[in-house]
Amino acid sequence: MSGHSTYEPKTGFERWLDTRLPIIRFANDTIITFPTPKNLNYWWTFGGVLALMLGMQIVTGIILAMHYVPHVDYAFNSVQRIMRDVNYGWLIRNLHANGASMFFLAVYIHIFRNLYYGSYKAPREVLWLLGCIIYLLMMGTAFFGYVLPWGQMSFHGAVVITNLIGALPIVGPSITTWLWGGFAVDDPTLNRFFSLHYLLPFVIAGVVALHIWALHVPGNNNPTGVNVTSKTDTVPFHPYYTVKDGFAISVFLIIYAAFVFYMPDALGDVANYVPANPLQTPQHIVPEWYLLPFYAILRAIPNKLAGVILMFGAIATLFVLPWLDTSKVRSMRYRPTIRLYYFIFILDCLVLGVCGAHAPDDLVIPGVSGLQFLDADLNSYVWLSRIAALYYFAYFWVITPLMGLTETPLPVPDSISAPVLSHPASAPAGAVASPEKRG
Amino acid sequence: MLRRGFAFAALGLALLAGPAFSATTEKEPADVHWSFEGPFGKFDKEQVQRGYKVYREVCSACHSMNLLYFRNLGQKGGPFYDPKYPNPNTNPYVKSLAHDITVKDIDTDTGDVISRPATPADKFPAPFANDFAAAASNGGKAPPDLSVMAKAREGGPAYIYSLLTGFRSPPAGLKPMAGKYYNPWFAGDVSGEWTGRKDAVPEGGYIGMPPPLADGKVTFDDGKPSTVKQQATDVAAFLAWAAEPKAEERKAFGLGAMIYLLIFSGLLFASYRKIWKNVAH
Repeated sequence: MSGHSTYEPKTGFERWLDTRLPIIRFANDTIITFPTPKNLNYWWTFGGVLALMLGMQIVTGIILAMHYVPHVDYAFNSVQRIMRDVNYGWLIRNLHANGASMFFLAVYIHIFRNLYYGSYKAPREVLWLLGCIIYLLMMGTAFFGYVLPWGQMSFHGAVVITNLIGALPIVGPSITTWLWGGFAVDDPTLNRFFSLHYLLPFVIAGVVALHIWALHVPGNNNPTGVNVTSKTDTVPFHPYYTVKDGFAISVFLIIYAAFVFYMPDALGDVANYVPANPLQTPQHIVPEWYLLPFYAILRAIPNKLAGVILMFGAIATLFVLPWLDTSKVRSMRYRPTIRLYYFIFILDCLVLGVCGAHAPDDLVIPGVSGLQFLDADLNSYVWLSRIAALYYFAYFWVITPLMGLTETPLPVPDSISAPVLSHPASAPAGAVASPEKRG
Repeated sequence: MLRRGFAFAALGLALLAGPAFSATTEKEPADVHWSFEGPFGKFDKEQVQRGYKVYREVCSACHSMNLLYFRNLGQKGGPFYDPKYPNPNTNPYVKSLAHDITVKDIDTDTGDVISRPATPADKFPAPFANDFAAAASNGGKAPPDLSVMAKAREGGPAYIYSLLTGFRSPPAGLKPMAGKYYNPWFAGDVSGEWTGRKDAVPEGGYIGMPPPLADGKVTFDDGKPSTVKQQATDVAAFLAWAAEPKAEERKAFGLGAMIYLLIFSGLLFASYRKIWKNVAH
């Protein structure tokens, strides 16, 4: 794609096709000879895992749609019919339901890898933005999909999330009614959610194609963060990375299979095995685990509109990240100060997830209470999620820009092939980074 | 417009804040050992058979199992599966179990509603014509369908066992409720009936179901002593099977898939080492 084509048509047919639609040349250049940095570690294999998971969800989803009935009276039972009477329906449905969780697990690892190695920085900003769009589409698709089995959590989750739109001033309620297709979450809502759930994965697939295109123009980043300088820095994608990604995918499939075959309901909520009942609200309405951190941010603010703005702000922040980061050093391998804040940030996201799973008034440390501050107990999850949400935003809006200006990075290797010489582990004590690389 | 806006905002806030107001509690389910636990666990056929009898003779008086067909009892993995009859519809034992039950049907010649003995292709008939009839006969609340009950509560079959064996007389200080029965394993909030210390409200709640089991209530054909504990364990196992009749097939398939993936991963790792041998990275 970036002018490195080494493809030579060998047969008459290939020569004929190459002058008309060079599709074999395209495939050869993108997945066979594509020069890839030779030092990519296992954190880089999740791109392949994600491609597989998207394919898995689309294939299993198409089969499920052949048996599923998007109607409030039949949806719950049709899912059960798939589990009971459709040949290998239990397999297809478990693959799909657990596949969503695995898809998000992989995408989170992919995003955190990106943050650590600074892959979002120039010249890969568009690649990063496309990734953010994919993530947003994934959240939408997962939400629509979770509504389809029409259990208690499906229904009441849909009510809570669609009501968020109602927080918008003036237009909110009208938009909500328009989304519902009526005056409550009901059959029209289920029907359109099914339609959108079927549509969005193909939109994702389209953006993934752009994402890969945008990857193949500058090429892969790598753990050192320095640019490829010569041919010795790279290896052809096939067989080197097809086999490495293949191995990682296979190991990932083992974990996936453990859920599918031995604990298919471990990641779901028991309340979703109760058919939806609009008149009976479950005790705790919680989203699936992969959306819990955003749910915690939403509930951290007592004002609903402010909570909604903050929640969408948490996602919007990701879109501007390439312009918030002031450091010229990509990889955190050479940025020991921000690395510490980065690991706290990972912990922070996990804490937000835990907060999202608990009721806001639950006590973090059981038995300790009485430290009332403003509207809630200081030992409650609502305060923990406020502190965690504050750190979430501070990491992107304060720490990231500030660190790039103030920190002293370690010396960065001159090339991918020579990292051994300047790897932090072998840097002489007291070595000062070259001043031109600072900031 | 403004009023509706407020109404929507209030509804949303109430939903968001909902969990904060409720204070339902329940006891952790008892630690029961099941034959079907773990990756290699299988249902104890005789236990599930006894459990079916408990359901049929006790539970089915009030609780439907709308997702179950008589043929399920005789399918592979089912309690009355017989390898001689791979098609459960021809299994004579399943046929006779179905035949014992009367179901409603439509006479195709006259259009009249008729009653006839069930066949293996029939659903388990529901005890009430509809939810309203079920609620009217049961103190205002319809008894829940039991088809996936073992998956619909935290703890699954252990919860069912604990609930069925957990009926107690209310502790001192807890006012009784007319037509309701105290059970520490039933999720509820009894703070309204509690007269003791505010921070010592008993766990559990009042359930509309009277204690359904009693010693000797069901006669087990295999001679098992018919205690409440035995009946509760067996019916919990039956409901666990009914909630996912393909669970055994799933685990068996999983074993093959796991072995395949482990070998495949090993081969890929060996290939990876071989291909990358001469690349310094």
